[in-house]
Amino acid sequence: MNDELSEAYWAGAANGELVLQRCDSCGLVRHYPRILCANCYSFDWSSVVAEPAGTVYSWTICHHVFDPSVTSEIPYTLVTVDMTAGVRMLGRFESDAPPAPRQAVTLAFRASDGGRPVPVFTPATI
Amino acid sequence: MSLRYKAAVAGIGETRYEKASPKSALHLQFEASLAAIEDAGLDPKSIDGIIPIGITGAPAEEYVANFGLTDLRFSALIPHGGASGIGALQCAAAAIAAGLCTTVLVPSGRNVSSGARAGVRIHQMPQFRFVTEFERPIGAIAPAQLYAPMARRHMNMYGTTSEQLAEIAVTTRAHARLNDNAIMTKPMTIEDHQQSRMITDPFRLFDCSLESDGGAAFVVTSAERARDLRQPVVELLGSAMGHPDSPSSLTQRAELTHLGIAKAARLAFEMAGVGHDDIDVAEIYDCFTWVVLCQLEDMGFCEKGEGGDFVSGGRLGLDGALPTNTHGGLLSQAHMLGINHIVELVRQLRGHGDRRQVSGASVGLATGYGDMGDGGLAIMAAAR
Repeated sequence: MNDELSEAYWAGAANGELVLQRCDSCGLVRHYPRILCANCYSFDWSSVVAEPAGTVYSWTICHHVFDPSVTSEIPYTLVTVDMTAGVRMLGRFESDAPPAPRQAVTLAFRASDGGRPVPVFTPATI
Repeated sequence: MSLRYKAAVAGIGETRYEKASPKSALHLQFEASLAAIEDAGLDPKSIDGIIPIGITGAPAEEYVANFGLTDLRFSALIPHGGASGIGALQCAAAAIAAGLCTTVLVPSGRNVSSGARAGVRIHQMPQFRFVTEFERPIGAIAPAQLYAPMARRHMNMYGTTSEQLAEIAVTTRAHARLNDNAIMTKPMTIEDHQQSRMITDPFRLFDCSLESDGGAAFVVTSAERARDLRQPVVELLGSAMGHPDSPSSLTQRAELTHLGIAKAARLAFEMAGVGHDDIDVAEIYDCFTWVVLCQLEDMGFCEKGEGGDFVSGGRLGLDGALPTNTHGGLLSQAHMLGINHIVELVRQLRGHGDRRQVSGASVGLATGYGDMGDGGLAIMAAAR
């Protein structure tokens, strides 16, 4: 279910772009999409395209099938990433090696069977 | 105004805990409630306050109808998942201290075996809407997957190990083996834990709590009135609730290794007028092993990052420095939303712990942890 707050994020993701909310009043970038800026309480915001880059904060490697839809993907890694835009994101992590703290990663979006573009992080290439 | 010495838990009740019960959630809630009311030596019609645990579904009106209550004066709903029991105890004590009502029932009970598992249930809860929209499509389906990165972060920062988490699981299982109403009673060693299958790294099967059917309830009244009732008096000394910053999703929180209870603990200890060394027994919400460790740090039993050492060497055992989860907890007794932790604390402070009684326990605490890190604690004592 998309609502007016998250519509821009999902549309951007479908185009391979990270689209975030930016407060029109104080400029704070926020994620996930919310009605109100928690910094200055402005209701006004615009969509901005953010850099698809960040560093690894933490992760988990999933081995248990909690839902039949992921059966063929086990094991997979969920990673939390501090984006350079100042927000944190959850995504898949794909690499030959497990993630490491503060590892630089690059974001791309991948289409999925469920209809939601999935954020996928890979080690940044220098 | 403080809640110290204002309220007491006068009655406790539990059904049998099972992996799959033929009884409905409502049946289990009524059974536990009637047991708690009977334990206090009260008539069900004397209940004039009810605080149902929201996620178990039955509103106060169900109790009005089924118990034939004619004078319900107070009801409330505490929406904090596994922290709801502590929140309800605090709310009950406040309502009683304010003179709004005299006798509050806090009922809980559920039959999860007949319905969806936790990985489905959480996505039906409004407080998880960001998780459902943004994280579930990535494959973050169940609570274990949301909480595991917290433990991984703690391991990365402080060197906490899976063997240290195993200490919690093993000690808790040993306690369950002394409880006739515990679901998991097979002996467990550190090696057993290390051999248990990986669910979502770093959580192995034995780091995870149970999915259980059953009911648990307690009755709160004024400390003064409790002295005229059936059981030894267990009074509330202090209670506080806390919420972590940015609770929309765990991934959105600035620091994953602090829970809401970190903000509440000092307030509760100050209200209670006791120190950490005074705590004889602790019933700590244990949806996952690591959550116990983190709460011990957040409450100030040790420094942040030292929880791994704190729980090692049997220090949470009945003869250890801080006997913890003497009933077997959510990990091995049953997942009854932490209401079973409050019930067990009262039992210990009455001296009714049977084979698992902590010798000389007179002051103790119970904690709750729910949803995105909401947390709270209640410090209670045997009346002098």
